[in-house]
Amino acid sequence: MHNFELVKPTTVEEAVAALQGDDAQPLSGGQTLIPTMKQRLAGSEQLVSLTGIASMQGVTISGSTITIGGATTHATVSAEVAATYPALSALAGRIGDPAVRNRGTIGGSVANNDPAACYPSAVLASGATVVTNSREIAADDFFQGMFATDLEEGEIITAVRFPVPEKASYQKFEQPASRFSLVGVFVAKFADGVRVAVTGAGEDGVFRWAEAEAALSANFSAAAVEALDLPSEALITDLHGTAEYRAHLIKVLTKRGVNEAV
Amino acid sequence: MTKITMTVNGKSYSGEVEGRTLLVNFLRETLSLTGTHVGCDTSQCGACTVHVNGQNVKSCTMFAIEADGADVTTVEGIAAPDGTLSTVQQAFQDYHGLQCGFCTPGMIMTATKLLENNPKPTEHEVREYLEGNICRCTGYHNIVKAIMAASGQEVTPVAAAE
Repeated sequence: MHNFELVKPTTVEEAVAALQGDDAQPLSGGQTLIPTMKQRLAGSEQLVSLTGIASMQGVTISGSTITIGGATTHATVSAEVAATYPALSALAGRIGDPAVRNRGTIGGSVANNDPAACYPSAVLASGATVVTNSREIAADDFFQGMFATDLEEGEIITAVRFPVPEKASYQKFEQPASRFSLVGVFVAKFADGVRVAVTGAGEDGVFRWAEAEAALSANFSAAAVEALDLPSEALITDLHGTAEYRAHLIKVLTKRGVNEAV
Repeated sequence: MTKITMTVNGKSYSGEVEGRTLLVNFLRETLSLTGTHVGCDTSQCGACTVHVNGQNVKSCTMFAIEADGADVTTVEGIAAPDGTLSTVQQAFQDYHGLQCGFCTPGMIMTATKLLENNPKPTEHEVREYLEGNICRCTGYHNIVKAIMAASGQEVTPVAAAE
């Protein structure tokens, strides 16, 4: 790994200022960034650690809204939202492995927008709001393709705000070596309709399955999904599975999600 | 270089590190605590697992500077000062939960944390919690048996494969 300077600001303002420097990059839990830097696929002169910023830590539950600080670990999210948003808790509790969940953070995962990461599906299916140091971004505007988001250079996710659905489920078909999702489907039923977000499958990263949303909004049952046919164009083909296989999994997992939503 | 200070196994240590110095390098090379192993160096295998402020983490995937001021426990801090093995360590010995021993420090640290959080896990929960700890010798059966025994539960003669 190339050497760099590591700074540890304690406020969002200090972190934003530090990120104005030439070739500076934010570091959250580091569970993706550090292995990537070891391979020299990433690197910068300065890393700005976000995990020492108190205001970016923790979970606040207020009525039917959950606000999660950007530097909150998966383990903390899983524990704190278990009663309020069980599907989100289950998702956070199955990312990676226990040690990874003690370091990896929601802000890091969402900002990275890995096409097979779990969190983007929850953010998109919940219609969550990504809060940064300068603005609020709706989930539908945030994810812009594989590893691409609406974030500007030096902009930090300070929190993610989730509306709590009536019921929801995250179904993960895990790639056992990487523990990422080969395909993951998040189904969220709100009073005004159903949202379905798919991760691990889209060539442009996480996406909403509009046909399933329309069918499930009219009739929230697995039977409503049965009649749908998801085209495999724009789905990923790789050594783990073809686009057709992924299309099949999406349908199966969506049905499971409907049946198991809580 | 940055000066850092941390408590490791109850004793305070200071040292100078680069930004890129990993916690595991600081433990092994600066403090000579070589019980913590580097297996894959890619966050997969868990041989480098230590406890930082009471949480199990992979010390190959955390910078030493991030542990400045932290309370760290390594496998050297698990046995009693007189050398008496912990319940988990003794169970690994009794149930032959190791062959080459390379993964064992990480297994002990992970198993110790599991039983702190969940004193009577099911066999399924044990296997799930070991997801981030890879052993290439034992096939995990004796490791799972050892952890079940350490939790004071009955050890089935042959652990069911999953």
